[in-house]
Amino acid sequence: MPAQRLWLLWRVGVFLAALTPLLVWGWQVAVNAAGPEPGRYLLLNIGIGALWMLLLTLSLTPLTKLTRWKGFALIRRQLGLWTLAYATLHMASYALFILGLDWSLLASELVKRPYIIVGTLALIGLAVLGATSNRWAMRRLGKRWKPLHRLSYPILGLVLLHFFWVVRADLSEWVMYAVLAALIMATRLPPVARSLPRLRYRFSRT
Amino acid sequence: MLIKIAKPSDLRESDVTPESIYLSRRRFMGGVAGLGAGLAISGSVRANADYSDVPEGNAPAWLKEKISATEWKAVTPRDPEKDSLTPFDDASGYNNFYEFGSGKTDPARRAGSLKTEPWSVVVDGEVNNGGRFSLEDIARPSQFEERIYRLRCVEAWSMVIPWLGMPLAEVIKRAEPTSKANYVRFETLVDPEQMPGQRSSFSLIDWPYVEGLRMDEAMHPLTLLAMGMYGRELPNQNGAPLRLVVPWKYGFKSIKSIVRISLVEEQPVNSWQLIAPNEYGFYANVNPQVDHPRWSQATERRLPNSLFRPNTMDTLMFNGYADDVAELYAGLDLRTNY
Repeated sequence: MPAQRLWLLWRVGVFLAALTPLLVWGWQVAVNAAGPEPGRYLLLNIGIGALWMLLLTLSLTPLTKLTRWKGFALIRRQLGLWTLAYATLHMASYALFILGLDWSLLASELVKRPYIIVGTLALIGLAVLGATSNRWAMRRLGKRWKPLHRLSYPILGLVLLHFFWVVRADLSEWVMYAVLAALIMATRLPPVARSLPRLRYRFSRT
Repeated sequence: MLIKIAKPSDLRESDVTPESIYLSRRRFMGGVAGLGAGLAISGSVRANADYSDVPEGNAPAWLKEKISATEWKAVTPRDPEKDSLTPFDDASGYNNFYEFGSGKTDPARRAGSLKTEPWSVVVDGEVNNGGRFSLEDIARPSQFEERIYRLRCVEAWSMVIPWLGMPLAEVIKRAEPTSKANYVRFETLVDPEQMPGQRSSFSLIDWPYVEGLRMDEAMHPLTLLAMGMYGRELPNQNGAPLRLVVPWKYGFKSIKSIVRISLVEEQPVNSWQLIAPNEYGFYANVNPQVDHPRWSQATERRLPNSLFRPNTMDTLMFNGYADDVAELYAGLDLRTNY
């Protein structure tokens, strides 16, 4: 099979893998296996899913540096857009299933609750990145594209803050994600970033 | 001066059987029952036909007997149409009990490790008749009642649950509170081996879980000490073997798996107030006009619901029990005393 075809297969495979959790959760709701509050079940699972997508997206650059495998770079835009899709569905679940599409309540909650404000800011940030992820926008933005897309770093911070404010009694799960996020961000510190290719060199020789 | 003459039935602390002797007696009785009497008491006689689809529990014989003598439907909702019973599977499969984890399904999955038999409760503090009592001793003098109450969680969801138990007032009266008893303080079991949530290093709760009531709240006839629900004993995840039910307050006030009831002079600091005093107060009366800082309390989602039928309804003042309890708070600013 020509290489082009293989890369296409890889990208389609990633697409299906990213879609699978949504199908599984949807199926659970459809067969009444999601508990007495299926809306909240979707809200929480999709929210955690969005965080996973963001962490995966942000680990692609360090992984590329570490392995030089082209495949990681090929799915970066796709996973970024999946992050936006999950975050949008998370917000939609809140509006639909928790607030019952009460627009006036939504409007007042959006300005009253700090954790919702922070989550909404993160979603707006993701939407900006999504809208400027196409080739046309990349060409138009030129050198400014990269600094703009570094917005994903503060967005990760906002998402963790949003999550932190929701936690009530036990921080274990949050701490796990915060540590993961810290590790991924640490690979961007200049000294660490410089040493990643060297690490790869050492691995390839042994 | 009040001269108190002890009734023959009054118990002093010295009358309380030491636990070791009590337990050996229990073991002996258990053995006897197993020989044949079990057929008569612990057979498959359903306590109440309404709950024929509720899985039978594993209650000790004395509790089964107690439950079968319950005064059924002693308190029922005014509008049974709107407040129809939540299915047992939902009430027992979806709740908060942080001793077993912070997820809503953690308690049902993990509470099997809780050993509820034998169980004893310490009654102490400002009382003349304190001590350590077995569960059976606490239940014996009282008539069990079935109380169908709305349960409003502070997280804005609600259920309707048929509890079995006795008024807390009866138990407190038996302990003979002194004139200094202004509040009642409750404690949940601490045992990290049985309660995995207590093993977490990142728990924000300082165990034991503590709750408290003002004396008049504790003595109010609606306040229930429950040992069962849905015609059977409490499932572990719902706070077996002994829990509080205060229907006009948010659910977290209704402390589970109680091991200590203390009558005290000063207002106790309850666990949630300790964690987030700006979000959770001592009173925690259901109040649609006072929002939780993170969400509105004006409405609630009655569970089970479905995706496009969130079952949202207006939350009622004092969870609909205002006629019974509003007078307890006359003159109290409920906005600052949330």
